[in-house]
Amino acid sequence: MFEYAPAPESRSVVDIAGSYGLFIDGAFDGGKDGNVFKTVNPATEEVLAEVAAAGPEDVDRAVAAARRAFGPWSALPGAERAKYLFRIARIIQERSRELAVLESLDNGKPIKESRDVDLPLVAAHFFYYAGWADKLAYAGFGPDPRPIGVTGQVIPWNFPLLMLAWKIAPALATGNTVVLKPAETTPLSALFFADVCRQAELPPGVVNIVTGAGDTGAYLVQHPDVNKVAFTGSTEVGREIARAVAGTGKRLTLELGGKAANIVFDDAPIDQAVEGIVNGIFFNQGHVCCAGSRLLVQESVADELLASLKRRMATLRVGDPLDKNTDIGAINSAAQLTRITELSEIGASEGAERWSPECTLPDRGFWFAPTIFTGVTQAHRIAREEIFGPVLSVLTFRTPEEAVAKANNTPYGLSAGIWTEKGSRILAVADKLRAGVVWANTFNKFDPASPFGGYKESGYGREGGRHGLEAYLA
Amino acid sequence: MTVTAAAELSDLRSFLHGLPGVDKVGVEARAAALATRSIKTSSKAKAIDLAIRMVDLTTLEGADTPGKVRALCAKARRPDPADPTCPPAAAICVYPAMVKVAAEALAGSGVHLASVATAFPSGQAPLEVKLADTREAVADGADEIDMVISRGAFLAGEYTRVFDEIAAVKEACGGAHLKVILETGELATYDNIRRASWLAMLAGADFIKTSTGKVTVNATLPITLVMLEAVRDFRARHGRIIGVKPAGGIKTTKDAIKYLVLINETVGDDWLSPDRFRFGASSLLNDLLMQRTKLTTGHYAGPDYFTLD
Repeated sequence: MFEYAPAPESRSVVDIAGSYGLFIDGAFDGGKDGNVFKTVNPATEEVLAEVAAAGPEDVDRAVAAARRAFGPWSALPGAERAKYLFRIARIIQERSRELAVLESLDNGKPIKESRDVDLPLVAAHFFYYAGWADKLAYAGFGPDPRPIGVTGQVIPWNFPLLMLAWKIAPALATGNTVVLKPAETTPLSALFFADVCRQAELPPGVVNIVTGAGDTGAYLVQHPDVNKVAFTGSTEVGREIARAVAGTGKRLTLELGGKAANIVFDDAPIDQAVEGIVNGIFFNQGHVCCAGSRLLVQESVADELLASLKRRMATLRVGDPLDKNTDIGAINSAAQLTRITELSEIGASEGAERWSPECTLPDRGFWFAPTIFTGVTQAHRIAREEIFGPVLSVLTFRTPEEAVAKANNTPYGLSAGIWTEKGSRILAVADKLRAGVVWANTFNKFDPASPFGGYKESGYGREGGRHGLEAYLA
Repeated sequence: MTVTAAAELSDLRSFLHGLPGVDKVGVEARAAALATRSIKTSSKAKAIDLAIRMVDLTTLEGADTPGKVRALCAKARRPDPADPTCPPAAAICVYPAMVKVAAEALAGSGVHLASVATAFPSGQAPLEVKLADTREAVADGADEIDMVISRGAFLAGEYTRVFDEIAAVKEACGGAHLKVILETGELATYDNIRRASWLAMLAGADFIKTSTGKVTVNATLPITLVMLEAVRDFRARHGRIIGVKPAGGIKTTKDAIKYLVLINETVGDDWLSPDRFRFGASSLLNDLLMQRTKLTTGHYAGPDYFTLD
């Protein structure tokens, strides 16, 4: 056997302080009431840093700073705002190795992914929206579109820096100011981003970062002086936010859960379909709202495809996120691990057949082996509920009509995949799928120019592309 | 021939066109992803020695002379005169006219002797000429024959003709191993490469090889990946293990290690051996030796410390 020797990325490229404050009005300070929480490396359970927990007064200060900054920032010519965004994009590229290592430490995702996917996309997003800043009059939202004001943004832990970019880049390009709350388990890259803003000499108050748990986020979205709320996270929290802002006149976009169908027809390019299935569900440990968590495979090729899939899964390398050869890293938190474990046990008890390749998981930290369930039907909970982990439910279908019916038979509608060599089938099926993104013969591909968002319980509004400007313009 | 093989032959065209398609974007992305594997320290040392043992050290020039071929044979037997622990190359690969010289120079060394035959590189000659070419090379001492398929016939859809030619050459080989060169750069699409791989394997190839090294596009990682998938699936169906040989354009240790990673994560252990995988290359060997010396001594030696042959 050709064993790969450990190939760890150096941790020394990032310097993590013992404690971090809030970033308000261009400066870091401790929270008013001195509350802190710890953020840990999920691969080792080692504490990385203590971070201030923002209370109501802190959020008030951050919103006030954003309000003060809004006037001058929105009055800048678009080309001037673009300069700041281009500068931020370039600094992110220059510091990408440091930020990638930081992201892998705080989140648990493999360095291969933070280095080759997250960071390039983060920079690309800022570059993309920098380009729009002086062309808003031509974006199709009227001759003189105006910014909305102060935006309150709450982001999840699965792509901490990328979700930050998705939120902040269009907000700034359109002339809004930002108060952003990163997820409780992954606050560090947002705080490093605050430093990037300082380095870029972004005017104080244009971007404010308030760290904390759910109550900080709840206070932020309910704040009366916030004009627009953008949230990415669970459908459950999304519902609470929708209730909280209902009737307030605040603008709202929600990007929530998913239970995407990845549909493999009998004429699919099998080897590449297997790669797409693996990428669809095991990319980022399955912590992806648009993950292809339901595999719908045509019954006539199911056995062959599953044999190929299992063979491929046996080559997945699970372990140290900082090892350059790791394919699957750590589960982000103990709480998430518990949820994945529980739903998987339910899958087995409901009669689905569970399979994982042999793999040795580290002793410390939060880990879950890549898992597939076969013999799953629409009646199983693992076919209906979002697991948000490396767990794939495999269902079969007989005809294209049945595939579409099963794919759409979910309260969610964020993404879907189609695998077939037949172009006409791609178009016909994509047309009938109720999902915001439909990938054909690929999966989990992102580009800042492409709008992203869901149907039904997957949320509303679009992020990315020209469409992504709309949520930030009046 | 097994029953399934016979059935596949009864309608070669529908069998080949019934193989699953290859998605170009997908296969190239997969090859590119595997190329990012980081192979360091002890695994790099092992990979380098394995790669040296897989090299078919090749000279295929109009200007080849007995002197040049003897020098290359000496290099294959003992690639690094300064280090007796360095393994020999797998084989020497020469034109049929040079086989006799090479056979003498390699006698008793265990290094295989391959000869390109069948009107290499174009394959545009009558079958009888190709067979005579093959028989001559084997009679002169070649134990491996690298034949070219008739790409013209393949592209014209005359699969049976290509099949029959390969089968006839295989017969002419007698005990010699047959490597079938698909000339993937001229087949152009991955679907064609997969079909040609199956065609060659069904017709009796012991190895399938990418290229002659004489056209613009030679071996690439995605092409080799498609061929590895074909030999993997062929074994699953017929139980016979077919080797793979990328040739042309593989020049550095880094390149070679990417191919070994490809094998490791596509077909696995059974192909990590010179009996199942070869590199058709000339300049690659010196780069492998240079990296090998760097790993053992800790510093790079200049090109003058490695033999030019």
